[in-house]
Amino acid sequence: MNALPETGIGAPVRRREDFRFLTGRGNYTDDINRPGQLHAWIVRSPHAHATIDAIDKAPALASPGVVAVYTGADMVKAGVGSLPCGWLIHSRDGTPMIEPPHIPLSPERVRHVGDQVAVVIAETRQQARDGAERLAITYSELPAVISMPDAVKPGAPLVWDQVPQNSCYDWEFGDKAAVDKAFQEAHHIARLELVNNRLVPNAMEPRAAIGDFDRGTGEYTLYTTSQNPHVIRLLMGAYVLNIPESKLRVVAPDVGGGFGSKIFHYAEEAIVTWAAGKLHRAVKWTADRSESFMSDAHGRDHVTTVELALDKDGKFLALHEHTLANMGAYLSTFSTCIPTILHSTLLAGVYTTPAIYAEVRAVFTNTVPVDAYRGAGRPETTFLLERIVDVAADEMGIDPAELRRRNFIPTDAFPYQTPVALQYDSGDYFTTLDMALKEADYAGFEARRAEAARRGVYRGIGISTYIEACGIAPSQVVGALGGRAGLYESAEVRVHPTGSVTVFTGTHSHGQGHETTFAQLVSDLLQVPMESVEIVHGDTNKVAFGMGTYGSRSLAVGGMAIMKAVEKVVNKGKKIAAHLLEASEADIEYKDGKFQVAGTDKSKAFGEIALTAYVPHNYPMETLEPGLDESAFYDPKNFTFPSGTHICEVEVDPDTGVTTIVNFVAADDFGRIINPMIVDGQVHGGIAQGVGQALLEGCIYDEKSGQILTGSYMDYCMPRADDLLNFKVSTHNVPAVDNALGVKGCGEAGAIGSPPAVINAIVDALSSLGVRHVEMPATPLKVWQIIQDKRAAKAA
Amino acid sequence: MANTVTMTVNGKSVTGAVEARTLLVHFLRETLGLTGTHVGCDTSQCGACVVHIDGKSVKSCTILAVQCADTEVTTIEGLATDDALHPMQEAFRENHGLQCGFCTPGMVMSAVDLARNNPDPSEHEVREWLEGNLCRCTGYHNIVKSVVAGAKAMRG
Repeated sequence: MNALPETGIGAPVRRREDFRFLTGRGNYTDDINRPGQLHAWIVRSPHAHATIDAIDKAPALASPGVVAVYTGADMVKAGVGSLPCGWLIHSRDGTPMIEPPHIPLSPERVRHVGDQVAVVIAETRQQARDGAERLAITYSELPAVISMPDAVKPGAPLVWDQVPQNSCYDWEFGDKAAVDKAFQEAHHIARLELVNNRLVPNAMEPRAAIGDFDRGTGEYTLYTTSQNPHVIRLLMGAYVLNIPESKLRVVAPDVGGGFGSKIFHYAEEAIVTWAAGKLHRAVKWTADRSESFMSDAHGRDHVTTVELALDKDGKFLALHEHTLANMGAYLSTFSTCIPTILHSTLLAGVYTTPAIYAEVRAVFTNTVPVDAYRGAGRPETTFLLERIVDVAADEMGIDPAELRRRNFIPTDAFPYQTPVALQYDSGDYFTTLDMALKEADYAGFEARRAEAARRGVYRGIGISTYIEACGIAPSQVVGALGGRAGLYESAEVRVHPTGSVTVFTGTHSHGQGHETTFAQLVSDLLQVPMESVEIVHGDTNKVAFGMGTYGSRSLAVGGMAIMKAVEKVVNKGKKIAAHLLEASEADIEYKDGKFQVAGTDKSKAFGEIALTAYVPHNYPMETLEPGLDESAFYDPKNFTFPSGTHICEVEVDPDTGVTTIVNFVAADDFGRIINPMIVDGQVHGGIAQGVGQALLEGCIYDEKSGQILTGSYMDYCMPRADDLLNFKVSTHNVPAVDNALGVKGCGEAGAIGSPPAVINAIVDALSSLGVRHVEMPATPLKVWQIIQDKRAAKAA
Repeated sequence: MANTVTMTVNGKSVTGAVEARTLLVHFLRETLGLTGTHVGCDTSQCGACVVHIDGKSVKSCTILAVQCADTEVTTIEGLATDDALHPMQEAFRENHGLQCGFCTPGMVMSAVDLARNNPDPSEHEVREWLEGNLCRCTGYHNIVKSVVAGAKAMRG
């Protein structure tokens, strides 16, 4: 029985963040203004690839209000370092990946449209912008390479002279010999070439950064739109600007969405901080949306061939993947691990496939860098797996749900060691599949298809049974795989003299509702009212350390650190209570907010212990320090493995090619849930992004000029309210085994599970025409053209 | 060349110097410090900047400050009275109609205008009305629920 049923673990508590957001009192980076602040405008390359021959600052400096103009040459002269990449991948021949430098302002050559060339700093934003228009830059254009298949051809233009064939690394993973053997012996081989389309993350808040410098103390402060302020402090301080952590404060206040795109250390953060140090005034930069399109790291962008070998009963024998993964022009912070460690390790999916082999080549192109975007590698895995399973089902004449069931890892097989490094701790794929099939009325689908056919439209249904790895990550595993960071989390639980509690977490909330969920967690663990628990995050001067929020890690890793700190508080409280109650510490139990001598009615309330810790008149001073303020670091034992089934039902209008989603069902396993309202919201948002990828979104470059053709909301098709429908979401939660909270994480699942469900549904709808694949985004034009082509081919 | 503009914002008369090119949203955010109105794009697509001008919802990035002379502007800061939430704000809170909060002011201001003109909107009408307001977090599911509930609460 939970003594706090209204607010404890499992209660749909309304969010405490909402009051400030609903009344215009949020505090986003662009809302912050520092005394004496200047404004920066970043001058960006209009060319995909060019040398910078000359920059004449004089006209810009003469523009009203302009205070300074800096270029890459100025940065190099000042010894500014390169933006680092956080993950080292080795090629199959043992050589390390090639890491070209990335100076925040490009000194000699520009490598994508939007590359940073100079910064103009003025008294107002408009003056900076006016000054930037007067900056005279002479470029010599170079041949650019935009598409990956072009980039790897012999003789292709080189993005970096030191990178032959534009190949950053050529990585392999898994058991090639076993896979080759299985393919030779297979009854059937399904094969598919597919593209995982390039996406622009598009958090609604554009990135912003304010650098500030206190000449009196020599301390720098950076306010930035970041998912992980401590990581930015480490990377920018240690690698780029050479500022010790003790002199650098990074604040990530309210952040308007991230979806991965605000993990990375961006050039603009270093530019404004460095400029503030030079000018002794705060320098503010806020991206406009056009800049976001050409400077926020993009997501996905894989070109893949996948093959699945099956026996005569449809059992999966082996899987082979070959992928080209676009890195863009520079290596963004975590870019290199996305198509490898976060991708190929999930190739078993929810299936017992015994042999797996992946080949991934990372390719430089003259495009914006590509890095983690909601799901980060796992949507790409899920898409290729769930597509090839459907192709195989179609070719072998087996129902797609049945084929999946035949290959699911049995519910009694956990812990389950996959052939691709990961060990799944728990799961029940059969139940979520059955739940979703029932909710979607899968059994009754053919009648609906027939009814739609009578109306002249194609109707289809698509299943996706996904798994992902969250709770990133055990540091030693990460280190062994090339990661250059530890991926633990830290927390501090500070009990104040009057019994109120401040919790400091190294994770960061940019929409996830941590201030509510973590307060629920601590309130439940300590059995104190939720109102007395405050959550602090997003400021390196308040929170001792942290690794931030991504990879659905906040609860599974950050929550565990909080739990450990709470345990320390309780353990210390027991010592104080034992002293006050003249009992043995071993006899003290903590229950319902009271330290009680077991089996007696002698107890001390939580508040009394807190007060005693800070007013230690009667206190075991020889053996115990005063105070009740405990910190903990938690390094996870394992990843967590959320899973589930998404089912999408569509109608395709052959006259227009328009796909309408008529039903979308998700049945997920997220382990233990703290706040189901927030979890449902996360799933809704994830599905919307997945549906966006499947139907609407795609970053398109002009392959000759390297210009982004989808560089604004006029051209890049964001999902709008009238593109979507109400989603039917439910959960069947099997607690995680490898963390004491039993939690798995829910932030990315929607974006991982949904794209193949949508595409499988469209392919199913068009199956009578002989369609076996439709590339994302399945725009009306693309679908209409496929229908026309197939009908013409049939007629001929 | 600086001009002076006078308008009523959230019930108070305000006068400020603006350039001819200054957009209303920048006047609100930078001159008046009303940072609840957000800028999410540069093509008048996202709707994060929606305010009311003489009672109608308008994207404040799409109108010059000088064009708003002698109008009555209401921003998200002026929607609630004292510290009690407006029924539409309360509906968003109750229905988890927001996550990161960045699109929220524009969503709420737009939704209030809808409910004033269409007191009992269907879900379909809400989705069509919100076509000019982008949200990247919620998938709109709970926003639509919020607006329907908020309109109901506004009907009383």
